[in-house]
Amino acid sequence: MDLSVLQHLAAGNTWGAIWPELALGCLALALLVLEIVLPKSAQERIPAIAILGQLAVLALLAVNFSGGGPDRVIFNGLLRHSTAGQVMRVFFLLSSIFACLLARVTLAKQAISRVEFYAIVLVVAAALMLLVQSNHFVMLFVALETVTVGFYILVSYSRTSALTLEAGLKYLIMGALSSALLLFGIALLYGVAGNPFLAAHTAESLRYEPLARFLAANPHNFLASIGIVFVISGLAFKIGAFPFQIWIPDVYQGAPTPVTALLAVASKAAGFIVLLVLVKSVFAAYAWLVAPALGCMAGATIIFGNLAALTQHNVKRLIGLSGVSHAGFLLMAVVAAGRTPLATGAIFFYLFAYLLASFAVFGVMAHLAGANDADQELADYAGLARENPFLGAVLAVGLGSLAGIPPLAGFMGKFFVFVAAFQAGLYGLLAIAAAGVVVSIYYYFGWIRAAFFASGDRPEGQRPARTPVGLAATVALGAFALASVLLGFYQGPFGHWLRR
Amino acid sequence: MSQTCFNPLFIAIAAPLAVALAIALGLPKRWSVRLAYVGFTVPLLMALHVWWHFCDAPKDHGYAFLIRYSTGLDGIGIGLELGVNGIAMPLFVLAALVGFAAGLYAIHSEAERLKIYLMLLLVMLGGLMGMFASVDVFFFYFFHELALIPTFIMVGVWGGRDRVYAAMKMTIYLTIGAMLSLLGLIAIYVKSGAPHFDMISLRATLAAQPLGVAAQTHIFGLLMFGFGILVALWPFHTWAPLGYGAAPSSTAMLHAGVLKKFGLYGLIQIALPLLPAGAAPWSHLLAGLAVFGNLLVLGLIAIAQRDLKQMIGYSSVMHMGYAFLGIACGTALGAGGVVLLMVAHGLSVALLFLLATSVHRRTQTFALDEMGGLARQAPVLAALFTAATFASIGLPGFANFWGELTIFVAGWKFSPGLTAVAVLGIVFSAVYGLRAVARVFFGPPTGAFSRVAAKTPPSDLLWSERLPALVLLAALLFIGFWPKSISRSIAAALQPSAQHSE
Repeated sequence: MDLSVLQHLAAGNTWGAIWPELALGCLALALLVLEIVLPKSAQERIPAIAILGQLAVLALLAVNFSGGGPDRVIFNGLLRHSTAGQVMRVFFLLSSIFACLLARVTLAKQAISRVEFYAIVLVVAAALMLLVQSNHFVMLFVALETVTVGFYILVSYSRTSALTLEAGLKYLIMGALSSALLLFGIALLYGVAGNPFLAAHTAESLRYEPLARFLAANPHNFLASIGIVFVISGLAFKIGAFPFQIWIPDVYQGAPTPVTALLAVASKAAGFIVLLVLVKSVFAAYAWLVAPALGCMAGATIIFGNLAALTQHNVKRLIGLSGVSHAGFLLMAVVAAGRTPLATGAIFFYLFAYLLASFAVFGVMAHLAGANDADQELADYAGLARENPFLGAVLAVGLGSLAGIPPLAGFMGKFFVFVAAFQAGLYGLLAIAAAGVVVSIYYYFGWIRAAFFASGDRPEGQRPARTPVGLAATVALGAFALASVLLGFYQGPFGHWLRR
Repeated sequence: MSQTCFNPLFIAIAAPLAVALAIALGLPKRWSVRLAYVGFTVPLLMALHVWWHFCDAPKDHGYAFLIRYSTGLDGIGIGLELGVNGIAMPLFVLAALVGFAAGLYAIHSEAERLKIYLMLLLVMLGGLMGMFASVDVFFFYFFHELALIPTFIMVGVWGGRDRVYAAMKMTIYLTIGAMLSLLGLIAIYVKSGAPHFDMISLRATLAAQPLGVAAQTHIFGLLMFGFGILVALWPFHTWAPLGYGAAPSSTAMLHAGVLKKFGLYGLIQIALPLLPAGAAPWSHLLAGLAVFGNLLVLGLIAIAQRDLKQMIGYSSVMHMGYAFLGIACGTALGAGGVVLLMVAHGLSVALLFLLATSVHRRTQTFALDEMGGLARQAPVLAALFTAATFASIGLPGFANFWGELTIFVAGWKFSPGLTAVAVLGIVFSAVYGLRAVARVFFGPPTGAFSRVAAKTPPSDLLWSERLPALVLLAALLFIGFWPKSISRSIAAALQPSAQHSE
């Protein structure tokens, strides 16, 4: 029997390749409908429906996971369907599920009864998935804007808090500025690559492959270099790299904790994957420009993040600035990715280790925060280990992993990044990174000290009441902590990403 | 690579970790303590098995009991590869001995939240066993850190005076040292281009294609300072006396006795044989820091101490000077002396920390000025403490003597002047050691001690204190009278590297 027709049909059906994104979008619409249809009393089911729906998508993703195959370019070159994309889908789904879980805790405390939060998180997750798979600058920009607009709403979600509104405004202005930079860069690249007097000029200059061919044929074009610098600057806002990190502490502090978690983990990871794709393939011919620029950025980011985090006593600002230093480590790996294959695997591993550790910490933060979500001080952690050993242990594992302490996953991530950086010959950056690790120990240790060793500076009454940990949160936090430990000892299939 | 079901090295690592896991999962206290006995004893039995069968066990490149487990990182040449050679075997036995003694002592220490304390000690012991049993350099480092992290927690939670400050200072210093040595180890691996990150393939690759002299010098410098900070090389030593002063006794025993040897072991097992040309430019700096810094300056500071535990802390750091001098010689003789001294020093300093805590229980103080005449009430304690002090000074009959003697012989060839100064260190140890013995145990009791003694009359050593102390002392004497029991394997292991370094 001739099956080639069927194969042809299957190959042409590109919608099937983005079913998770479609499913999330439909789920988001369904939630909005449910909000109207359901009676007020039943609306508290909506978060649970959102979480269960996402878990179903996650399960389907896991079942249908097909790694190792060749990349497939779909939708006329708009998207690239790859193993890395599938892995990142899991990443973003984990992030959004966890953000929804945390939102149930945090939004309840702030007495916000609106439920459109969950629909927006779903849309953001779907857009993030498309963003990392984009193979075309239009797709990149549209997906990025969808994410950013979603975050505009999420960041300023609790409209009664002044700090939240401030954060929302800052994020709006900075987001608009970074989008403008990115767009300007894209326009420059589009214009210069369409110039018929240059070699390998193309009308399709927004698609990655023709653009890469054009850039390879004109490796020292001035306008193209300007465009590349603007594109990278626009992305640097998203990942919070120096000198575009200035919005991070205020926005992280003002945004509700689940949104901070989503910003810190998912949004940042998406920025890195996009940057990695651009640096490795599209801008490869401009390594002479990109590598030193990103290298300087990485060094300055590590230094700034760690030094600025040293003096913080608000944990949301602290984790934001420590996240800046993590961005520096990842940038170092992005620089190395141009020269050694190990770096790509190292970035993925690092991102997953960072997700597990950050969520463990954010989960503890959400349970310790009071009605004023922006006011989370280190002093509130006094006596945590004695009062609630489970949260204490989760916090210790999370912070330890963020600090890069063996035998936790964060250490392995740092180790792989270091090896990759050494292979790429980035000795100066390595020295800065090693110093950064030592400095970071100081503030992570300060946090641990507050939770484990200190008896309490704030009197009992002034400390916000701690929320008891529910079953779902227990399972999630326990799983994150356990996975952080296990991945430190045994990397198993994750280790297969790492090749010299 | 032999694939056997029974691998004593793996069991020695897994047993304490498994018990720790069981305790962490919420075992009731009575069972936790019982299982802890198992966790502390199994590694000792395995270590004795390894020691007994080492000579006739089949060896591959000098490593016995080799086994390799994959952890998923084969793509970058990393796997859990276990095995011991002649240098690692004595230290493996040392770790098990001190771990057994420290564990027994801890079980009977009436510490608060004893379960968690024992769990952390077991994790530390598992890390220590793994550190000396690892052939893979990555896991060598990994296990060191696994043993190090509980130290910080134990100092911070169960420690004495200034515990949080001490814990913080230790954490930062030791992280710096660990980061530098990690960079150095990565540098060796990447620069050599070896297919696996283990000592055997690194050695083979670098024997065929040594690195350039400049690269070797840079990497050796990284490792020397990185490992040096971890071993408290002067002037990076300030964390050590402070940390040991604050640490609970079992933690101090394991850290000063065993964990600190990581740096020396790394220098002897990795840096010297792999970077033979890199050592020479640094050797005079290292020897100078060791002799004038560790031995002279810290020796004088130890003499000036009025606190028994601080004094032992300084004395432990001071003795590291001999070890660094032996490494600076760059010869097989010097390195062999260092391995002997590491074992001897580990046993004797653990014994001293143990007995110092026993003294504290009876006098309620570590201040030397507020004791005296304890020998009348506690003759066994006095005898053991005196013996431990003699061992630490390096009198013949104890293991320390052979280590120091070998290092002096090797040092004489390297630099007679420095060695002559180094011998002064023995005088210093005798001064502070014997004075401490006199102050604590002999002479008339001071007023402060008489008041304490009147309130709670001090008893002699209990069996729970006596047994771990006797185990350590017996090992010291055994090696002191029959050094060949371990020196033969050390010499055999150092032979090939001697050809490189001379």
